[in-house]
Amino acid sequence: MRVLLTSIAEVIRSKNSGPFELTLDIIFKERAVYEKVCSAGEFTPERIAALYGISPRTVLAIIEFEPAKAIKINLKRPIPSGGLGDTDIYGAQQHAPLLGMELEL
Amino acid sequence: MEELRILSPTAILGYGFPERSFVEGMGRKPDLLAVDAGSTDPGPYYLGAGVSFTEYRAVKRDLTIMLQAALEAGIPVFIGSAGGSGGRPHLEWNLRIIREIAHEKRLHFRLAAIEAEIPRETVTSLWQQHRLKPLPPAPDLSSADIEETERIVGQMGVEPFLRAMESGAQVILAGRSYDPAVFAAYGIARGFDPGLAIHLGKILECAAIAATPGSGSDCLMGYLHRSDFEVEPLNPARRCTPLSVAAHTLYEKSNPYELPGPGGVLDLHAARFDAVTENRVRVTGSRFLPTSYQVKLEGVKRTGYRTVSIAATRDPLMIREIDQVVSGVRERVTDNFKAEGFDYFLDFKIYGRNGVMGSLEPEPVIGSHELGIVIEAVAASQELADTVCGFARSTMLHFGYPGRIATAGNLAFPYSPSDFPAGPVYVFSIYHLAAVTAEELFPVTVREIDPDGRADIVEEAIR
Repeated sequence: MRVLLTSIAEVIRSKNSGPFELTLDIIFKERAVYEKVCSAGEFTPERIAALYGISPRTVLAIIEFEPAKAIKINLKRPIPSGGLGDTDIYGAQQHAPLLGMELEL
Repeated sequence: MEELRILSPTAILGYGFPERSFVEGMGRKPDLLAVDAGSTDPGPYYLGAGVSFTEYRAVKRDLTIMLQAALEAGIPVFIGSAGGSGGRPHLEWNLRIIREIAHEKRLHFRLAAIEAEIPRETVTSLWQQHRLKPLPPAPDLSSADIEETERIVGQMGVEPFLRAMESGAQVILAGRSYDPAVFAAYGIARGFDPGLAIHLGKILECAAIAATPGSGSDCLMGYLHRSDFEVEPLNPARRCTPLSVAAHTLYEKSNPYELPGPGGVLDLHAARFDAVTENRVRVTGSRFLPTSYQVKLEGVKRTGYRTVSIAATRDPLMIREIDQVVSGVRERVTDNFKAEGFDYFLDFKIYGRNGVMGSLEPEPVIGSHELGIVIEAVAASQELADTVCGFARSTMLHFGYPGRIATAGNLAFPYSPSDFPAGPVYVFSIYHLAAVTAEELFPVTVREIDPDGRADIVEEAIR
């Protein structure tokens, strides 16, 4: 079944983790769904890279965090926070591509 | 049961808190009032320029309430990452606020200030001794990079706080600090488990952000025990739930299981979050795994001066041609000043197209009937930045693009003047780990603060 990430997540957000990384957090509404998502293996560097139009090598980590039924994705910032050409100093508005993401569960 | 109570009034000193929550917290008889004042989130400017990203009056408001309550209750106040970036001017700025409060409220206390600004020569010698390494994905460093760096701070761990506590200071004002240190030091000094003390600090440093609904401007109470800790919000509108507290562990961190800091890693693989009541959470299993001692250094260098112009368009033909207009304006600017040999950075942020996400924007089509445009120039002097930005602005205003019908002007400016000199521009140049001892970098100065400003240094540069 294809489901929209926004229908099963309670929180989808982005933020700096230091000036050189962006970290995306997805906190799921239900533990059972979180576990299904993890076992479906839908979150891969390739999938995230395609969503953001970046190289999979700049997807630094994808981490499942069981205590918060959450998945964390770390991206290398294209431009460090406050560097010339940066558009989002806090990195707080880089989550939108995830809002349209669909998963096969 | 042995218990240490810590009240964290707000996520960042100056972000404020409801007095009702604070009074509620004081009613729970805290042993310590502690607050974090810092972050690199607002970007490199504040560290470079030596100014706070929080406002003087807002910080004074928070500290007035905290200092008065603490002195009345006879408990200490610890402030970490003073002035936001925690460099020398930031520390002095915060000290000035504290002196002003002492004068106005007739307060007298001993204060220990801990410096976190690291002299360039110290960093150069650490570099020469191969004791610096970049925190990936931060780039590597050359000696020229260090020379060009305007200001460098180190994130202190708990050790300088322990030294400051030995001086008998009731108020500790620390420069740049590892966020949890300001909360963890007190417990570690009393023999509590460092894993629990630091994890509690991780949560308290953001105050009520770990509650639901979360807030960066409300209080959180922490209770440190021998084999667990508990947190609770002080505003009846909020609750701490196992999920809200666990979820906070993710916030602004790369790896929620392993959180590195000075001298070790906070390991949360075995951490458990359990509800004690409907708004109070108990955490167990957090462990501190000692590693070789390393301190994170943050440094910024000045890269020029910035001028921005704010404009917009409502013309569908201009919107259709926006990419061509931007590249045409760029060419005109280059051509016009080619004889002058100006060196500058010129950028156009097009809101409605990819102004927010830049190269990460996956949406190729403009769906908006209007676009916001920020023209930006960065150059070696403010005058040159003004020149390039102003010229790009006037060129864009009258640029003749294909199919143009509105020939009187392409841009709507919301302000006169349309251009804003933004001052010096800094970029992060150092984001490195330094292999040092806990005693090497952070000298403590002890002062007696009295209402008449006869503040005297009692002891200087204790390491």
